[in-house]
Formats: sequence, structure tokens, C-alpha cells
Amino acid sequence: MTEQTPGTGQAPRDDLPEPVVRKHRFSLSLIWLVPVLAALVGLSLVVHAWLQAGPDISITFQTAEGLEAGKTTVKYKNVVIGKVTGLELSDDRERVRVKVALNKSADGFATKGTRYWVVRPRIGLGGVSGVDTLLSGAFIGADVGDSKEEQYEFTGLEMPPAVLNGAPGKSFQLHTDDLGSLDIGSPVYYRRIQVGRVVSYTLDKDGKGVSLRIFVDGPNDRFVTRDTRFWNASGVDVSLGANGLKLNTQSLATVIAGGVAFAEPKGPHDDSPAAEDADFTLFGDEATAMSPPDGPPRYIRMRFNQTLRGLAVDAPVEFLGMNIGRVVSINLDYDAKHERFPVTVGAVIYPQRLGQAYDKLAAQAGTKDGRVDLGRMFAPLVAHGLRAQARTGNLLTGQLYIALDFVPKAAKAPFDMESTPIDLPTAPGSFDKLQEQLADIVTKVQKIPFDSIGHNLDRTLAELDRTLEQVNGQVLPQLRGTLESAQHTLGSAGNALSADSPLQQNLGSTLGELRRMARSLRALTDYLGVHPEALIRGRPDDPPPPERAHPPTRQGSKP
Amino acid sequence: MSAAPRAHELGIIGCHVCGLVCREPAGDDAACPRCGAALHRRKQGSLGRTWALLIAAFILYIPANVLPIMRTMSLGDADDNTIISGVVELWVKGSPSLAVIVFTASIVVPMTKFLVLGTLLVTTQRDSDWALRQRAKLYRAVEVIGYWSMLDVFVVALLTALVRFGFFSQVEPLPGVVFFGLTVILTMFASMSFDPRLMWDGPDHD
Repeated sequence: MTEQTPGTGQAPRDDLPEPVVRKHRFSLSLIWLVPVLAALVGLSLVVHAWLQAGPDISITFQTAEGLEAGKTTVKYKNVVIGKVTGLELSDDRERVRVKVALNKSADGFATKGTRYWVVRPRIGLGGVSGVDTLLSGAFIGADVGDSKEEQYEFTGLEMPPAVLNGAPGKSFQLHTDDLGSLDIGSPVYYRRIQVGRVVSYTLDKDGKGVSLRIFVDGPNDRFVTRDTRFWNASGVDVSLGANGLKLNTQSLATVIAGGVAFAEPKGPHDDSPAAEDADFTLFGDEATAMSPPDGPPRYIRMRFNQTLRGLAVDAPVEFLGMNIGRVVSINLDYDAKHERFPVTVGAVIYPQRLGQAYDKLAAQAGTKDGRVDLGRMFAPLVAHGLRAQARTGNLLTGQLYIALDFVPKAAKAPFDMESTPIDLPTAPGSFDKLQEQLADIVTKVQKIPFDSIGHNLDRTLAELDRTLEQVNGQVLPQLRGTLESAQHTLGSAGNALSADSPLQQNLGSTLGELRRMARSLRALTDYLGVHPEALIRGRPDDPPPPERAHPPTRQGSKP
Repeated sequence: MSAAPRAHELGIIGCHVCGLVCREPAGDDAACPRCGAALHRRKQGSLGRTWALLIAAFILYIPANVLPIMRTMSLGDADDNTIISGVVELWVKGSPSLAVIVFTASIVVPMTKFLVLGTLLVTTQRDSDWALRQRAKLYRAVEVIGYWSMLDVFVVALLTALVRFGFFSQVEPLPGVVFFGLTVILTMFASMSFDPRLMWDGPDHD
């Protein structure tokens, strides 16, 4: 077919039929498939977008830090479920309202109980979270609730929730006096394995305690039994025992950041798992947690007539060596009658810690006002000499503790069974006795007349001094003269005895004479021996003398 | 007028492909005796085709602008950009010249084509003799600039291929670019299927 009628044909062929076609825009209908197709595609896009669009919700946060309209996503388990479409201040300018367009698949998130929070990088003692958001920017985390009720206005959390909905595990309530260093997210340990964390904490309504909510992840939540004991595992537990120094911590993180630990008590106990949201007491340390239950606390009062230096609040109160309580107050009193300053010590005791003994005593004493009659329980014990004593627990520091002990031969003390709190009679402690004895000794020592002793000694010494002076002045010069004369004598004696002295020579010659005399005497006796008659007759004329009897001596001796 | 006789009036027809002039055939199914191409006086169904393609191009131009065309990821930070947001971003981030280029290539050129082709079609259909020479110039201009509007598609294709540094930096094409490419192709077909000689057919026969 032709586009147009041949315009100005000069030779009309009237015999041919004139076709009626003029402008045939619709003749080539196939080409119109293209715009139809394009329209279909566009339409499908629109429909798709419309189907994809989920509910629009608005969340309020304290700050829009890190949030960006058109860019920040909303994620649940790291799956994108929506996008921030707008940011605006709330009417009172207190908060930021974040408009979020949720995906169609996420319309379940526009329900009551869904929680939203901003995931930003957080660095805490327990670790680092949200590092990926350092680079990618913050996103809004979501956690769906159980409710089906629709809701389109939400208040965002400022902190990520510690536990996501539907996470396996159980939460429990812990009650304690103070929070310590615990915080949301603090770990919960079981046998030093982290099994949960602290989810929240609130001050009790009366302000007298703190309730913590912890969450223990499944399947470890089954280890929390009815008898499980929880304790604050913060800090370092140093104990010095017979085995030496022991340092006990849960983990390094808990030393700084705190944590909660739990365990079953030793011995027989109820093994059945605790119910969801069961209440437990959070003890200060493991030893307290593991000790038998304390029972209700009771108050006692003691008056000491002595100084209690070293006794502090929280000092232990021991009954026959068992710790049954602690000192809660120390007050100075004035006794006008005796003009003394007694110290009133208040203590809280847990009689149940005495175990079987308590059971028996309590049975004996009966109850008063729905509680065990403590006065009636203590009366016979006091009668038998039970007294409170302040004793030295540590010789180095002088710390005192209160000991309830039976004092032999204790003086009778009045005891009022009816008073509340009961007043326990006291006795001076052993250390005080020791002090008394020491004082005794000191007095005795003081009684020694050191003054007169010193005086006498002084006089004696003066005498001695004088004597010595005398000796020096008179005796010594004489002694020197004596010594000099003695020396002189000895000198002359020496002279006399020297080899060339006349005495010596005389002595020598005398001795020579004496020898010669002896020889002649011997000759005489010899001659007499041979010639005894000579005594009478006299000596004959001399025969020629025998040659042999001539000794070659220089001194010829003549008898 | 100083009307030169038209081929049709002389009973001859030229081949569009090889330019051989031969006698005008009586029927429709004539073919060029030299190259074998179909012989017709004017492009077949030119106005209809052009209209159809132009409308299709315009329809596709909507998602091309609404949908993001490119996702740039750097250090885990993903950023989706539509054509307009890309232009704005370029402008804001201190490259106004680049922004102008991209804006011209992806917004001005296609829009001009739509307008020009639309005007040409309407005036041609109404056999208007208004500003014929200018219209002819416009048509030639559209033909020339047609290719340049593919700039965006090339940019996305190049970046996608080049910027592949994994976590640090990455560029991904998004559906918008497909629609944009289709728009450009369709407008080019549209301007191709338009037969400018039709402009001269109408007013000349007085």
C-alpha cells in the first residue's frame, strides 16, 4: 500500500476504483506492539512497586545521628526490611521522627511490641559491636514482637536490646542490694562459660534494692534450677588459706566490667529447672551464695565497757567460731551513773546458720510474733555463761570481731528475754585480759625502787672513785720506789753472779781446794785400807811407788 | 511553485539502497533489479512506526528516570543513584561541568528528541508548510545527536567493568540503565523510521 494518494497525477485513471485508504496509521499494527510492550513493562513496574510497598511507620529516636533519608535501611537479622524515607523533628523538638517505608514482606513489623533501635558501632568493655556500620553507616535494627495488633508509631530504643524476641532461653529475675559494676549486657557465667547476659535492671519500687533481669541462652537455661545460686562475679577474690594464696576470678572481663555467675549448691538440692522469670537472690560473692540459706535476719545488741578500737561495721559475729552475722552499728553511749562511756554494738545475726543446733534450740524456745523467740532461745545460753566478747581477729591490724562464747566462771549477768532487740551481756575479751595482766606486770615493775637503787649505786661509785684516787696518789709512788730498789738488788745480784766476779772466782778456787782435799782424803783412806797399821805405827818409809798409781795430774797432791 | 517534478510524477522510482532508478512498478512487491532491495516511494508506514516507537521510548523513559541506574559501593557503603540524583551529586560534589555534560546527555538530548520528533510528526501529519527548512534542519540535528544520548549507558558499562575492587569500591548497574538504553535505542529507531521527505509531500502540491 502506498502512504499517500498519488498527489497530482495529471492523467486520472477513472476506470480504476478509488481506494478509500488515506492515512493508514493503524495499518501497520505490528509496530504498535512496541509501545504496548513498553507500557506493559512500565505498568508491571508500577504494580510491582505498589505490591512491594509495605506499611509506612514512624519511629522516634533521641537523635538522628548516622541516619540518612533514602539511604539508611531497616534490617532484621541483617535482612533489609525497609528504608528510611524521611527525618523530621517531633513537634516538641525533643525527639527525631524517622519515617520508614517497610517492605511488603515486612508488614509484620508494623505490630505492637516490635522494637527498633539504631545500630552504631559500640565499644564496651564486653567487646565491640557494629563494626560493619563504621563503614556502611548506621542502620536501624528491628526485633519483631509477638503481638498481631497493628501499630505505626514506635518509640525507638537508644540501646540495642540484649535479647531478641524468640531467642531460645529463659530470663530470670535477680534481686540484690546494689548493682555493683553490673550493667546491661554484663555476662552471665556458668562454670566460667558465658551463657547469658544482664538484660535490664530497675530499682525496686521501695528503693531498697535492685532487680536485675538476666537472660540465659538455650539450651544452657536448663542448668538454672530452683536451687541455683547466683552471685556477683565482679572483681577479684583473693583468699589466703592453708593452701596458700588463691586468686579467683571469672574472667578478665568481669574483673573490669562485672558479671554474674551461677552454680548449683553442693549437696542435695532440687534439680528441676527453674520456671521462666523465676526470682533469685544475687549474692555478693560465691562463698555467701553457696552457704546454706540465712533465713530471716535478727538483731541483737551488746554493750561493751571497753574501747572497741578496731571494731568496724561489717565485722563478723561468730558463735563458737561459726560466722552467724555481722556488726551493723557501733554507737558510743554515756552512763551517767558510773561516768563511763559504754559502746553499744548492734549486730544482725542469721541464727539459721547454726543449722541443726538452731532447729533444736528454736524448737525449745517456741515462737513469738510468728518468729522464733530469740530471747527465750538465748536465755538459757546466757545463764550458762554465753557472753559477747570483742576479740582480736588480726594481730597485725588489730581488727576486732564479736565472739559469742561461753565464758567459764562468768559473773551472773541480767538478761531480759522480752526486750527487742535482745541485749546480750558482754565480757571482756581475752585480749583485754592479756592487757590487764600486762598492766599488772607493769605495775609490779613500777614498784621496784629504781630511784633509791640508783642513788645508792651513785654513792658507791663515788666511794670507789675516792679509793682509786688514794691508790693513785699514795700507793703507786711507793710501789715505784719499791720496784726501783728491787731492780737495784737484782742488779747487784746479777753483778755478783756474773762470770768474772770475785765471788765467782773465789768460789771456783774454793771448789778446787775442796776437790784436792777430797783426793787426798781418798789417798789417805786407800792407804789406810792397805796399811791399817799405819794408824798406829805411822807410815813406813816409802817404797818405790807403783808406776801405775801415778795419775798424770798437774797438781801433785801430797797426802 | 518552482516545483521540480517528483519521481512519482515522472513514473520513476529510486532504490533506497543502491540508488538505481527504475520505472515505478504498479504493485507493491517490487524489488530493485540491481540489488534486490524492496522498492517503495516513501518509507513504509513511516509516521505510524515513528509514533509507535516514540511513544514506547517515552514510556520507557519514565522508569529510566525513576529507577536507579547505578549502585556505587565503597567500603561497604552502598549508594544507589538515579540519573537525576547522579547529576545532583556531581553538581554538589564540585564537578559542575561533568554534571552539565551528564545532564545534557541524559535529560536534555532525549527530551529534545521527543519534542522534535513529536513536532515533526504532528506538523507532517497536518501537511503543514510551517518552517519547512527549519524542520528539516531539526531532523538532521536529531539524527546527529541521537548517538550521544547513549553516554549514560556507556558510563555505567565502563564503570561496572573497570571499578571492581571488591570491598573497597565497586559499581553495579541497576535496572534503570536498561530502560534508559532502551529509550535511547527506540528514539534512534524512531528518528530512523521517520521519512523526512513526507514533510515535503504535503505542502508542495498546490
